[in-house]
Amino acid sequence: MKFGVVVFPGSNCDDDAYQAIRTVVGQPVEFIWHQSEEVSRFDAIILPGGFAFGDYLRTGAIARFSPVMRAVERFARSGGLVLGICNGFQILLEAGLLPGAMLRNKRLRFLCRQVHIRVENTDTPFTCAARRGQVLEIPIAHMEGNYFCDAAALAELMRNEQIIFRYVHPDGTSAAVDDFDANPNGALDAIAGICNRERNVLGLMPHPERAAELPLGSSDGLVIFRSIVESLSLAASKAKSVPQAVSA
Amino acid sequence: MAMIDTEIKVTPQLAAEHGLTPDEYARIQKILGRDPNFTELGIFSVMWSEHCSYKSSRVHLKRLPTSGAHVVQGPGENAGVVDIGDGLVAVFKIESHNHPSFVEPFQGAATGVGGILRDIFTMGARPIAVLDSLRFGPLAPGPGAGNATEEEVARNRHILDGVVRGIAFYGNCFGVPTVGGEVLFEPCYSNNPLVNALALGIARREDLFFARARGEGNPVIYVGAKTGRDGIHGASLLASAEFSEESQQKRPNVQVGDPFMEKLLLEACLEAMQTGAVVAIQDMGAAGLTSSSSEMASRGGLGIEIELARVPQRESGMTPYEMMLSESQERMLLVAERGRERGVFDVFHKWGLDAVEVGKVTNDGKLRVLHHGQVAAEIPAHALAEEGPRYERPVAAPQASPAVSAPLVEFTRRGTDLTENFRRLLASPAIASKYWITEQYDSMVRTNTRVGPGSGDAAVLRLKGTKRALALSTDGNGRWAFLSPRLGAMHAVAEAARNVACTGARPVAATNCLNFGNPEKPEVMWQFTQAIDGTAEACRVLETPITGGNVSFYNETLGKPIYPTPVLGVLGLLENSDNALGSAFRNEGDAIILLEAGGRAGSFEHVKREFSSTEYSKTIHGIVAGAPPAIDLAAEKRLIDCLVKLAAERAAVSAHDVSDGGLAVTIAESCFASDGLSAQVSLGAAHPDAPVEPILFGERGARAVVSASRDSLAQVSAIAAQYDVAAEQIGRVTHGAFQIEFRGAPVINEDISLLRRVWDKSLQEALESA
Repeated sequence: MKFGVVVFPGSNCDDDAYQAIRTVVGQPVEFIWHQSEEVSRFDAIILPGGFAFGDYLRTGAIARFSPVMRAVERFARSGGLVLGICNGFQILLEAGLLPGAMLRNKRLRFLCRQVHIRVENTDTPFTCAARRGQVLEIPIAHMEGNYFCDAAALAELMRNEQIIFRYVHPDGTSAAVDDFDANPNGALDAIAGICNRERNVLGLMPHPERAAELPLGSSDGLVIFRSIVESLSLAASKAKSVPQAVSA
Repeated sequence: MAMIDTEIKVTPQLAAEHGLTPDEYARIQKILGRDPNFTELGIFSVMWSEHCSYKSSRVHLKRLPTSGAHVVQGPGENAGVVDIGDGLVAVFKIESHNHPSFVEPFQGAATGVGGILRDIFTMGARPIAVLDSLRFGPLAPGPGAGNATEEEVARNRHILDGVVRGIAFYGNCFGVPTVGGEVLFEPCYSNNPLVNALALGIARREDLFFARARGEGNPVIYVGAKTGRDGIHGASLLASAEFSEESQQKRPNVQVGDPFMEKLLLEACLEAMQTGAVVAIQDMGAAGLTSSSSEMASRGGLGIEIELARVPQRESGMTPYEMMLSESQERMLLVAERGRERGVFDVFHKWGLDAVEVGKVTNDGKLRVLHHGQVAAEIPAHALAEEGPRYERPVAAPQASPAVSAPLVEFTRRGTDLTENFRRLLASPAIASKYWITEQYDSMVRTNTRVGPGSGDAAVLRLKGTKRALALSTDGNGRWAFLSPRLGAMHAVAEAARNVACTGARPVAATNCLNFGNPEKPEVMWQFTQAIDGTAEACRVLETPITGGNVSFYNETLGKPIYPTPVLGVLGLLENSDNALGSAFRNEGDAIILLEAGGRAGSFEHVKREFSSTEYSKTIHGIVAGAPPAIDLAAEKRLIDCLVKLAAERAAVSAHDVSDGGLAVTIAESCFASDGLSAQVSLGAAHPDAPVEPILFGERGARAVVSASRDSLAQVSAIAAQYDVAAEQIGRVTHGAFQIEFRGAPVINEDISLLRRVWDKSLQEALESA
């Protein structure tokens, strides 16, 4: 399973994602420079957290025009797995690979804290190793994590079960929009992470790479990386078995 | 080459307007053998400013201990360097950005962080942590707030908000975790907040870089942001003068920060250094192009010639004077090996940064500044950088300070509701939870933070690829330094070291930021020299040499100085990061143990004097008087050794030192940091004659509270005895009510969740309700 971590000039969680995959998950991983136009050699691509181009204008607004994003878009359209974390999620929204937009946090301040998110759907390559309803303790660190989309888009997300993570209380109970203890940035419907209709592109605001080792506070984020590895292995073994099936 | 004839005629009066004394001006004339031109006058005025030259402090700073087993580089470079094993070095320093943060809180604080980060990576180290030591005026009127007006407290809230946002803006984008520091409040900081930023970086020892030019003919290369007119005279007029009513007009002197640009500069510099083609590098901080060029030349015993027309500029029509004095941020000057500069340019261009050859190293020892081929300035580099004035300013102990002789606290009569006083103490901004502030900082990026804000006495950062970790704490009690500068400084060292030791790390080195008033006042110089002596003595005994730092004078507004405020940053080394201890109680039923290395309290009068300097005295009684607690440095050292051993042997499961607010607050904080645990404690049996308040809220040093399982009690006692530290079990970890008994009678009794709420919400309410 080869992971690629995209490096924009202002990415600052690129190394954290790289380290988590290499030393904790134990999978091969390489950095991908933002001017690279070829990413097809990877099995999964991570758009990491940070401030891709300073984000003074709007988060991800410049990054989406990077050469690498054209390649990531092709990769996604052909079914490759793309995981956007924090700034990576914001870039996926700007690039139109995921629906909706990010507003500033309701209280207009940067927030770095441990939050609890609930796995709403395990029928994705990013959550297949988790239990439905499982509560993960994972940190957030962002200024713009207040997810928003219009009513039609929200209905569509719900109908297709594209809402993968919601901010919740530690015991897993749902959080209201203005319940800032549980839904710290005021996100619509307490949305913390969504995927596309095809389920191969996921964006989430919390940082699973920061929740990969217990001594740093939590290892709950690992389930996301493990799911990716599991689903890729499954796909690989299926791919192997397909020709046999044809020949038989 | 012809000398540029600027239209502005240099006169002694113009020199005075640049902050130069007649003697200093005469010295300039002697060095040059002629009158300086306007550009040269500007150059001398910034380099010889207090901020850049340390002219009032240098003779005293020599008394600080600066060498030790771990020290690789002491003061004199961009930052101190300490050997931390495994071929790695820690590079760290603390620096002030006080005046800019008052004039323009957001940008002032942001560029303070930016400046100290550049000091770290200019040495080849990647920054891994920032701590901020902040002091503001009161946020609300009331006891301890002096007679602050509504307008004043509203402005203080505005300043705090801007400073916190500025720190967050810069550090979060740059990608360095802000992991600790302190936030304290005193009326004297209302018109002069303190913003001291400490940065820590890591490098392989052989990859260290220094700012020493080498090799005649080697190209001098300008990299990073373009030069503009911002920050001109930041160092001289803003940092080296008192504030007056017109200070707000100095807002254009404050620089503007671009953390994204700094992030590019970081990555490009570290990558360029790896090419092997970089000979020397220096950031353009205070006095920008002037200091970076003259210091690199001076340290290398060479000269540098630069052509200003080649300097990337973001405004047109800039004069040599403006370019040499600009303090535009996110710029560096480096010397490359001739013939290999292409590789350096390639790296910077890859990161989208300007990199331009602006000059060359010469052998004539001069800083020669050309503008379109004409000489705009020509000054001996060494004389400019190193031969500035040095003053032995007059020192005079003040007439007995009114606070020292002010009425002392009268101890509580029977019937006082100590639980209510305790609640008020927990709600005081100095003691209340700082979560509202720290959650605005990314404290986790780079995934090294083992003990972050609020969860331990010091920040603990693991070193990836090794078993080790580093611990860092900043401390400094201005109120104590005001009452006794020498004792106050000693306590600052002791507390920072104790905090580091509470995490299990051994303190190995220190950095200091000395915030004082106008050094031209003999009583301010007395405070300064006393604080130096106290720092020196404490650092010697605690084996934490000073490896660098910063002096900030002229912290006065309208003639009123701040409390003298020495802030100490102490670095500790933890051999096994898995042994790091936090301050939180861990398990119900664990024993709560008070470790006490110092002697018993003195006479009743003595106790009163000491108690009148506490946070409790200030908050509950509105009294700031008496003297700081006496200090026993040998006892502090024994306690530190004991704490390190307790962690290494895994005998204790939490450790928290006794400081602001005393024992009751210490125990409560260990509950607040925990997962809903509480405490039941019994005090006073060992002090049959002592009044209750000093036992609960006194702030004597050399004490810490640890918790341990019942099975480990004997081990804790044995280790404590080994270091001659008294270990007394004073209670146990419980659920529910927080109870403290004093000689058998309950004196504090309250549901822990209610106390927690008070402590948790107080700062947020003070800042958001207004």
